[in-house]
Amino acid sequence: MSENDVLVEVRDLKVHFPIKRGVLFDRVVGQVKAVDGVDLSIARGKTYGLVGESGCGKSTLGRALLQLTPPTAGEVSFDGVELTTLPPGKLRSMRRRMQMIFQDPMSSLDPRQNVESILTEGLQTHGIGTDRTDRRRIIGETLDAVGLPRWALSRYPHEFSGGQRQRIGIARALVLGPELIVADEPVSALDVSIQAQVVNLLDELQDSLGLTYLVIAHDLAVVRHISDTVGVMYLGALVEEAPSDRLYNEPLHPYTRALMSAVPVPDPDVEDRRERILLAGDLPSPANPPSGCRFHTRCPWAQPTRCADERPVLRDIGASRVACHWAEQIASGELRPHGVSAQIVRPEGEGDAPGVVSAPTEPGSYV
Amino acid sequence: MALLEVEDLSVTFARRGQRAVHAVDGVSFSVDAGEVVGLVGESGCGKSVTSLAIMGLLPKQPGLRVGGKAVFDGTDLLQLDDRSRRDIRGRDIAMIFQDPLSSLNPVIPIGLQVTEVLARHRGMKGETAAKEAAALLDRVGIPDPKRRLKEYPHQLSGGMRQRALIAMAVACQPRLLIADEPTTALDVTIQAQILELLKELVRDSGTALLMITHDLGVVAGMVDTVNVLYGGRVVETARRRPLFRQPRHPYTVGLLGSVPRLDAGRGEKLNPIPGSVRDLLPWPDGCAFAPRCARRIDECVGEPPELVHAHDGRSYRCVNPEPLPGMVPAPREEESA
Repeated sequence: MSENDVLVEVRDLKVHFPIKRGVLFDRVVGQVKAVDGVDLSIARGKTYGLVGESGCGKSTLGRALLQLTPPTAGEVSFDGVELTTLPPGKLRSMRRRMQMIFQDPMSSLDPRQNVESILTEGLQTHGIGTDRTDRRRIIGETLDAVGLPRWALSRYPHEFSGGQRQRIGIARALVLGPELIVADEPVSALDVSIQAQVVNLLDELQDSLGLTYLVIAHDLAVVRHISDTVGVMYLGALVEEAPSDRLYNEPLHPYTRALMSAVPVPDPDVEDRRERILLAGDLPSPANPPSGCRFHTRCPWAQPTRCADERPVLRDIGASRVACHWAEQIASGELRPHGVSAQIVRPEGEGDAPGVVSAPTEPGSYV
Repeated sequence: MALLEVEDLSVTFARRGQRAVHAVDGVSFSVDAGEVVGLVGESGCGKSVTSLAIMGLLPKQPGLRVGGKAVFDGTDLLQLDDRSRRDIRGRDIAMIFQDPLSSLNPVIPIGLQVTEVLARHRGMKGETAAKEAAALLDRVGIPDPKRRLKEYPHQLSGGMRQRALIAMAVACQPRLLIADEPTTALDVTIQAQILELLKELVRDSGTALLMITHDLGVVAGMVDTVNVLYGGRVVETARRRPLFRQPRHPYTVGLLGSVPRLDAGRGEKLNPIPGSVRDLLPWPDGCAFAPRCARRIDECVGEPPELVHAHDGRSYRCVNPEPLPGMVPAPREEESA
């Protein structure tokens, strides 16, 4: 991939949230390593899909990429500009080029603003359009692009259905003419028939406007459908990254295999034939992650050597990048899966796990 | 004879000055002993209200009207008084809900909540009840069950809470288990664990399962007979394989075309259903799906379509169904005969 083709480059990105305890003085007693060393690059005009279960850090990664949550360490370069060291004013003008779509359109749209006001706000902030008529023209074109009628302008978010609200959210992102759109669970709050409408819309917009997407979702089927490259996250780190079709045909990391086999397919013949890899237990707490490979406590292929004490790094195997010491041996069938007994995992801040996670102090950075 | 026979069930919510909402409108289906039956549909199609009505759990409020029959083992559940209904609930019919945290009592230890069921229906007390409760937790795959009994719901993870709820549900070996979106709040690897557990319970104990879900993948994996709901009506009933292979109702076709599949290639276009359910509340006269339907004809508007029983044991509520491959669409009179 030449320099020119890469729009976003993330290097060793870390986002750690302090765990605080105490009444008068906030003592920092630990850290939740929500994102702990992620490298990835997103090609211009392509879609990068990020999947993982809740708590794996995928949303935090998306927000840190846009500098909505300040990263603890690491670099994010957007079209050659380093974002982490950019002064606030400059960063603000960069934001026009990178927009976000949120999961729940109802809570991400101001209920007291009508659609026109929601869409105009960004234009005014960034000084796009010469006057009111010009802005109206831009907004009108955007509404056409996302398939909303013109009369929507004077309506308020509560007057729309879930799918239409998500279209408003997409319009708000699009109206500024961005190059990158980070979509955090864009369809998971919607019904299946509406989900498909929005997925198709995102696809069409990419074709017509040449957008670059980072799609964050827990639904592997959705991500695979719209992504060119898929990255699988587990406890704050990428465990596998591969072209979408390859990831499905040849999953190399044990976690990817388990995730794939757990996704139900709406076809009885496929369902009856499939081999299921059931993982034991729950996702460990990111405040107290397992040593070595973070997946070794649930991994059916875990080995007595290396897995528990040496953290695997992403390495190239064919077109994939995999963080597993034994990927080749597992792929060739040399290693066989074995039983794993479930370990009790405490929900965040309960039982044996350390303290309560307090919300970070800067407004809007708590996910 | 079927274990549960729901006949012409209707639930209406009326509010003064507004048109009554027919949340459930003439729903009929049956569950045989040991069978897994699915109620499938999108939000607002009436699937949860159906199950709550059967269990008598709808909040008693003015304007609520429940009609029809729900015959369980010879007794019409809708005619029972609260007392006898409570005897059946938990013992013969148990229910699992979507969100385990809000269906468990947060200030009572898990153990007490499980033994409560045992005390109420099986007359167990003290040590015996505690032992049985531990055995139940063990059966649903909760590690170290003795210790878990003393813990509170917030100390368990989402998957473990759902397991605890299932343990309570199967405590009296019910003959029918109603699961309302049991895995929707869970991560996909945990969902796989819970679905496997439910399958095991059905297989081992012969409990019938009424599975309410929006997820066609879950349906494909475990349900024997599928009822597809739209607009408070059952629009299609079929065995699992024929339904997925040759859906007849345009809504089922649309639903299947909307779901992205893990085993489909990148960029294969989805075929969504235009419009949305919410646009149409309260339901239009005639077929509720007509405004969104690609196969709409003049007959669709006016009277709600009759249930058509096709020759292969399946039924659908549509006047212009998807033709079977290789079949010349026959005149309607012949098909319904």
